[in-house]
Amino acid sequence: MSEIDLISDKGQVARINQPELVEELTTLNLGPTHPATHGIFQNILQMDGEKIISGEQTIGYIHRAFEKIAERRPFYQITTLTDRMNYCSSPINNFGWHMTVEKLLGIEVPKRAQYIRVIMMELARISDHLICNGILGVDSGAFSGFLYLMEKREEIYEVYEEICGARLTTNMGRIGGMERDLTSTAIRKIKALLETLPAVLREFENLFNRNRIFMDRTINVGPITAERALSYGFTGPNLRAAGVDYDVRVMNPYSSYEDFEFDIPVGQSGDTYDRFMVRGEEMWQSLRIIEQALNNLPEGPYFADAPEYYLPPKKDVYTKMEALIYHFKIVMGEIDAPVGEVYHAVEGGNGELGFYLISDGGRAPYRLHFRRPSFIYYQAYPEMCKGVTISDAIMIMSSLNVIAGELDA
Amino acid sequence: MLTNQEVAEHIAEKFDGSVADFEQPYGLLTLTTTRETIIPLLAYLKDHPVYQISFLTDITGIHYPESTGKEFAVVYHIHSLVNNFRTRVKVFLGKDDLHIPTATDLYASANWMERETFDFFGILFDGHPNLTRILNIEEMDYHPMRKEYPLEDATRQDKIDALFGR
Amino acid sequence: MKPVKMAEAPAGHSGAGFFATSFDQVIGLARSYSLWPLPFATSCCGIEFMATMGAHYDISRFGSERPSFSPRQADLLLVMGTIAKKMGPVLKQVYIQMAEPRWVVAVGACASSGGIFDTYSVLQGIDRIIPVDVYVPGCPPRPEQILEGLMQVQHMAQNESLRRRNSEEYQELMASYNIQ
Repeated sequence: MSEIDLISDKGQVARINQPELVEELTTLNLGPTHPATHGIFQNILQMDGEKIISGEQTIGYIHRAFEKIAERRPFYQITTLTDRMNYCSSPINNFGWHMTVEKLLGIEVPKRAQYIRVIMMELARISDHLICNGILGVDSGAFSGFLYLMEKREEIYEVYEEICGARLTTNMGRIGGMERDLTSTAIRKIKALLETLPAVLREFENLFNRNRIFMDRTINVGPITAERALSYGFTGPNLRAAGVDYDVRVMNPYSSYEDFEFDIPVGQSGDTYDRFMVRGEEMWQSLRIIEQALNNLPEGPYFADAPEYYLPPKKDVYTKMEALIYHFKIVMGEIDAPVGEVYHAVEGGNGELGFYLISDGGRAPYRLHFRRPSFIYYQAYPEMCKGVTISDAIMIMSSLNVIAGELDA
Repeated sequence: MLTNQEVAEHIAEKFDGSVADFEQPYGLLTLTTTRETIIPLLAYLKDHPVYQISFLTDITGIHYPESTGKEFAVVYHIHSLVNNFRTRVKVFLGKDDLHIPTATDLYASANWMERETFDFFGILFDGHPNLTRILNIEEMDYHPMRKEYPLEDATRQDKIDALFGR
Repeated sequence: MKPVKMAEAPAGHSGAGFFATSFDQVIGLARSYSLWPLPFATSCCGIEFMATMGAHYDISRFGSERPSFSPRQADLLLVMGTIAKKMGPVLKQVYIQMAEPRWVVAVGACASSGGIFDTYSVLQGIDRIIPVDVYVPGCPPRPEQILEGLMQVQHMAQNESLRRRNSEEYQELMASYNIQ
């Protein structure tokens, strides 16, 4: 290399003397604490320039051994685990678990409790989709949409707070019904939400749905065909975005979902934009369901007549011997469940959330397995981001809405 | 609508001798088969023109330390989205021979489900492309979901048995 | 618009055209109102941190406007959520990469003590691998509690001697965690 080339600041001159460019792959470690991955997943990517050639995932960074803990806990204490599984939509997990136990025990839950559950589950679905779509906006560089949605999510949390006192880990259900009835304040707050949320959603949609930049960033990014999606075990909004109208709420209705009228939005290409749009439309459908449930809220008790599982009222515990005994037995977890084997599925925020429960007649499950939707569909991620740039890969990940707590259980 | 009776009779006829224990706990058709039949059975149900049981919902394992010769069970939940029909298939394995063929050729989703089952129970899926631990650390030398292993963290010293009633 | 609230000046001597105070206090004041947090969010508490960051609770009011995702530019490590044993070495690595002075807040029961997850796979409190300054209780803590934790750190930053990080006790503390 001559001296002139070295001191030259013109790129072209320097390049002439370079040996021929060899194609060389770069290995990039994305995660587990990468700021753009919302949760702790590790992806080791092989990159050609900015293009992803292949990826390998490592998960398990927040493995908390839910299934092992569940084998040591009485049935009602497992709610604390389901609470923390998909923490963006914990009421769905909790009620799903309660319904599984009710199926095992053969408890029929009164209509009012079922309707209240539906309201809570749909609120949870909205809050889950709000985060997912808001974060997708953040990842494409639009922070303001996220702030609008988070402001509304606070109001959903206020409803939870009114009902059970907690914001995120909402242990508001019990085996056999609800812990308490909807108060008039709670109903007022839900009604207020029904009135104000549409305006915010519309504003958010105006910002994104036909936004040139957003469409360019998402259309045809990470598409998956219906066939591959089914083979990969996709469920929920991600499968519906690929064009398969499978929704547990319609196919195997639980908790009186058959009483309500709502549509199942489906996409066509299964790309990031379709996933975004399906989630957006699902929020509108959830609002519809909540409105119907609230308007037709049946009168009557909010818990089933299941004294062995449903805690008696506190004033009875102080005054009646029988109630005291039941209270003691429930709290100490001394009640033996019948022998049985149940699979129950609900439509979680991310898809079919299944509970496979085997009871050997003891106080705790013999084996409890959670079918976690994120865990199953996240394995398609390397295939989906093959050939895209790294910034698109981040978008694909956030549009899949992988929740670390659910992924690793 | 498919009925459990109809499907069960058909399967029993087709796989005569290698399927058994037909039950329907809480309305879900459950049957037991052997490790030789499991993959042909899944493939048959997947490609069946009427049943189309072609969605793998879940694979998991169960440990029954007391039942000699059948210590481990691998449970497959399959679902026909067209007919809305679910089936549960079990395969029992002895603790000395935990081999079972992989279902990854039929379903892409079986990959991680089988890895998880291996991680938790040590069941070996023959032919799996990458049968390594998925949730636990690589260095772990046991399979934690087996009944003989404790739940609690053994490194804790602040737990006094008297305080915990043990 | 509300009037801008100014931080109070530290105690000192003032006269015509001058104000004299100790170096410790001025730097403490400056540090405490521009703590850049590194949100190390793993699970449920991370979602509550999102709410803390949002418009409703607004952590920016306390000078933590910029969440620093790079450990090199962060002052405050907010560990939110369960830390599994698989994650432990990563957390320690992040802590080592941070420059002094650095503070650590264990947000939530899991980070503080393992919480309800007393299992084979969960680290029973992050103080087993890195030193912790403030523990925030709750499962998950409310955003107000996270803010309270931040304010505790502000208080510590204000009252910390500049020489603390060079002291023998501090070196011993670090050595006990096998850092440096």
